[in-house]
Amino acid sequence: MTTIPWLTILMVVPLVGSLLMIFLPRGNARLIKQTALVFALATLVLTIAMGLQFDGQSTAAFQFTESYAWIPAFGISYSVGVDGIGLVLVALAATLVPVVILAGWRDVPDESAKGYFALLLVLDTLMIGVFAATDVFLFYVLFEVMLIPIYFLIGRYGGANRAYAAVKFLIYSLVGGLLMLAALIGLYVVSANELGQGTFDFATLVGLDIDPNTQKVLFLGFFIAFAIKAPLWPFHTWLPDAAKESTPATAVLLIGVLDKVGTFGMIRYLLPIFPAASEFYAPLIIALAVIGIIYGALVALGQTDMKRLFAYSSMSHFGFIALGIFVFTSWGASGSTIYMLAHGLSTAALFLAAGFLMSRSGGSSAIAAYGGVNKKAPILAGFLLFGTMSSLALPGLASFVGEFLVLLGTFARYIAVGVIATIGIVLTAAYALRLYQKVATGPASPAVEGITDLKGREVTALAPIVLLTIVLGVFPAPVFNVVNPAVERTLEIVGVTDPPPVIGVQGGEQ
Amino acid sequence: MIGTGAAVMTDTAPVVAPLAEATGVFSYLWLLIALPLFGAAVLLLGGRRTNRWGHLLGSTTVVLAAVYAVILLVNLMARPEDDRAIGQTLFEWVFVGGFTAPAALQLDQLSMVFVLLITIVGSLIHIYSIGYMDHDPDRRKFFGFLNLFVAAMLLLVLADNYLLLYVGWEGVGLASYLLIGFWQWKPSAAAAAKKAFVMNRVGDVGLSLAIMLIFITFGTVTFDEVFTEAGQASESTLTWIGLLLLLAAAGKSAQFPLQAWLLDAMEGPTPVSALIHAATMVTAGVYLIVRSNAIYDGTIFALTTVLVIGVITMFLGAIIASAKDDIKKSLAGSTMSQIGYMVLAAGLGPVGYVFAIFHLLTHGVFKANLFLGAGSVIHAMKDQQDMRRYGALRAVMIITFLSFASATLAIMGIPPFSGFWSKDSIIHAAFEVSLVAGISGMLAAGLTGFYMTRMFTMTFLGKARWEDDQHPHESKPVMTIPLIILGIGSAFTGMALLFWGDIVSWLTPVTGLQENELPLPTIAYEGMTLALVLIGAGWAYAMYRRDVPIEAPQDVNILTKAARNSMYDDAINDVLVVQPTYSVSRAFVGLDNKGIDGVVNGLAALVGGTGAKLRRWQTGFARSYALAMVGGAVLVVVVLAVVRLP
Repeated sequence: MTTIPWLTILMVVPLVGSLLMIFLPRGNARLIKQTALVFALATLVLTIAMGLQFDGQSTAAFQFTESYAWIPAFGISYSVGVDGIGLVLVALAATLVPVVILAGWRDVPDESAKGYFALLLVLDTLMIGVFAATDVFLFYVLFEVMLIPIYFLIGRYGGANRAYAAVKFLIYSLVGGLLMLAALIGLYVVSANELGQGTFDFATLVGLDIDPNTQKVLFLGFFIAFAIKAPLWPFHTWLPDAAKESTPATAVLLIGVLDKVGTFGMIRYLLPIFPAASEFYAPLIIALAVIGIIYGALVALGQTDMKRLFAYSSMSHFGFIALGIFVFTSWGASGSTIYMLAHGLSTAALFLAAGFLMSRSGGSSAIAAYGGVNKKAPILAGFLLFGTMSSLALPGLASFVGEFLVLLGTFARYIAVGVIATIGIVLTAAYALRLYQKVATGPASPAVEGITDLKGREVTALAPIVLLTIVLGVFPAPVFNVVNPAVERTLEIVGVTDPPPVIGVQGGEQ
Repeated sequence: MIGTGAAVMTDTAPVVAPLAEATGVFSYLWLLIALPLFGAAVLLLGGRRTNRWGHLLGSTTVVLAAVYAVILLVNLMARPEDDRAIGQTLFEWVFVGGFTAPAALQLDQLSMVFVLLITIVGSLIHIYSIGYMDHDPDRRKFFGFLNLFVAAMLLLVLADNYLLLYVGWEGVGLASYLLIGFWQWKPSAAAAAKKAFVMNRVGDVGLSLAIMLIFITFGTVTFDEVFTEAGQASESTLTWIGLLLLLAAAGKSAQFPLQAWLLDAMEGPTPVSALIHAATMVTAGVYLIVRSNAIYDGTIFALTTVLVIGVITMFLGAIIASAKDDIKKSLAGSTMSQIGYMVLAAGLGPVGYVFAIFHLLTHGVFKANLFLGAGSVIHAMKDQQDMRRYGALRAVMIITFLSFASATLAIMGIPPFSGFWSKDSIIHAAFEVSLVAGISGMLAAGLTGFYMTRMFTMTFLGKARWEDDQHPHESKPVMTIPLIILGIGSAFTGMALLFWGDIVSWLTPVTGLQENELPLPTIAYEGMTLALVLIGAGWAYAMYRRDVPIEAPQDVNILTKAARNSMYDDAINDVLVVQPTYSVSRAFVGLDNKGIDGVVNGLAALVGGTGAKLRRWQTGFARSYALAMVGGAVLVVVVLAVVRLP
């Protein structure tokens, strides 16, 4: 417990920024953007300050906790706090918002700037909140409310087919949300029956001894919502449209951060609250995850549109993340968490680099429109290549640490599944390098002929992504130090341990 | 194994001792990697303002690393034989549960010889490139990538565990990708780069799975610990690990069936072909196998598979080398074949490990020599690589000619040039284990004699078949000096390593050594091999001495046709892997657009009545959603209230 309400401050700062923007003159787009950037950066600085105080040795489940009664009659409270997993994702959100604000400086015409940047800040608040909530009802509310800014960001500022994409996104999400709501109510009922007084408090819910059959029903409600959000096969078809029609900034926050709420929900809520159901459904989810890895990669290989390709590639990556969570090993779970972080960064690199390319060559996202970018704009092509390498999990980058641990965790539990998933790394290289080859190499296409290379603002936006991806790939210790204890605690609740080595001096984690 | 029933004469097991702490001169081990990495960072991030001196910085970092490597060697030699493995832990890298992979380095006799090869040959190739890439507007970038490669390659051979090795392994792959595609506005170069990376990824699947299997078996991925425990694992586990490591090695070292990328990789600038695709990176597979000797010692099956793959590739490469008219492709075939020798030797187990590395070192020198010589010729001939347009270059480029001649004699195994000592050691060792392997090694030596004499004759001897605008001349000193040094190296490295460096007993503590008795005296095997080499060479000389038509004759036998097409490797991969993958991909794309998405859209249309209604729904959708939210909230409250009633 600290006396400073860190997490509330983190949520309030961007919200204040967005409210302040209402009072800024619509005509002064520059001031609006600067305001947005300042508040987003302030949030990031505060997040770093908080992160530095996080105690990796602590035995408490959550740190920086705050709790205030909200609707006491129903056991609902405003409770926030983070464990290592939540902290990492809060940090991801807080990092990417200023990055996309800077990168998206010219995403929309000046007269629309106000709404656009205000919505990005609102999203900042909601994303931090959803990873920090320790009251399941609060989580649900934020989970649903997040749809609103995203809906507008796609539907108002997106591409030609934005309305279709926005509605499709919303319908999918609403279906998931409704199922989750139903399950949430069910959970409340169960807690009321067991404790005599219903609650939404995460820690209390974890302590419940829910009948396995009830678990199986409630699990599904949450799971489908999460599987739509971080789309697993076959719940994914909203994603390519949403990705294609979004501005790059929106796509980065949607796929890089928001979708992680799904996989975060799996590890934070499904495993500890429904341990028996998690084990029951694990084979099914593992199957969906592996299908997603291979299917997503194969469909990405056949894409003719850059943004849709990134979407399918993300779906494939989400398969890896879900896989790591449901194999119930510390390697898989820690790997998934790092993978979430790394995927957020690689998504940002890819979408933003592609966005910079599109913005200076007529706006098409068709792969066929491009060629030879490397000759005309080597810095831009360099960032695109970096995104490609990050996406294919090049050893030395953060994504490799995540991907390898997920594969290791899978292999240790189910050798055959581990082998199939590992084959996915060949397909990943094939589609990622195919894209780079078509877009960046060969003779310059007409659309590319007159383009200029990246300028200071754009390089400044992308550089931190590159730096973080390398630093976390080479020295991931800070992440392990906070994530490993959270993962251990989660697996302890589920009641599983890592398989020990066949022989060996070291001995497995018992 | 197909033994010859020879009696074991000596059998020395590898030394098992904990790594010594890196102190004194060894405490800067990390500098070996940091120096070229620093060069790469400055050149790649510094942009155009480093154009003027970038190549100098790039070369200096590698030269400094080479100087430090020599200092390390002297100090390592001063230590007792069983205390030459030095460890340095830099920081904790990956640690979760019982899994740890530190960023830690290990310098022992095996990594030491690699470090010397990489930094010394690397230095020469850097210096040569100053001249070779003089007119290229992106020369600075080239040196940046080359530095990146050297750093990654050093990490590969200095890592003290499999996961860190993987970082170097993929790092050299990245550098190779960047450098094959260095002239990436050429679609062929870009395609070759991608092909190399993707095919290597197939090998990476092997390496990834091997690391995982090693971990779940031993609970560690650190070499020292794994090798100490290797004997306790079941044979089937060791066999699987051995085969998976072999798959990895096949990818990196262009061994059958993952060899198809190497010939295309010749799209890269010639110094790259020399450094990466001949002298160092492509030998990483051999390193991996020899490093893992404790694993292979427990699995005859995997070891024999290594041997078989080596023999197949040795012939495959030699046949391809014999038919290609492009000088670099012919050399690439030769590289495959020579690495085939090394893999063969590694597949002999403790009988051959040492000689695999011995040949790797001599080959690193003479093959770099051949490629740089070829580069000098290509430069002189205005980028012409077709040997049918060469001829009579001896007269105009005497230094290149002499240096190339030294390397040619070395690779053919003519005494006392380098290759004689290392290749004959392999053939001799092969006979100690298997008659078939021994005879294969001899026959491939004959083929080597053929293709190298063919190349040498077509290029330097006979009549000039130059195009009108070609006025070949000797290269500048910045290129010829490295050629002279390598030419001397091609002549003497073998003897120096064998007699002065005592390479066999130097490596034995790491690899172990077993010697079996052979029925005939050594000289008999040497004599037979040499006879075959001379027959091959004489045949080629007779064929290409006078008459080399400028157009390749078409009325050739099936084998020649196949060899010109690299034994149809692309066609085979296409039919077996590439086309099926794309078919499935297309089918899934169709399914995803029409199938899964269609069902969802159809459902939506059904619910909404028509598609048009769905679209109308969008207008005022926010209102509806707000309403739904409110409705939802009301619902929640109602339900909660009901639940609380009893």
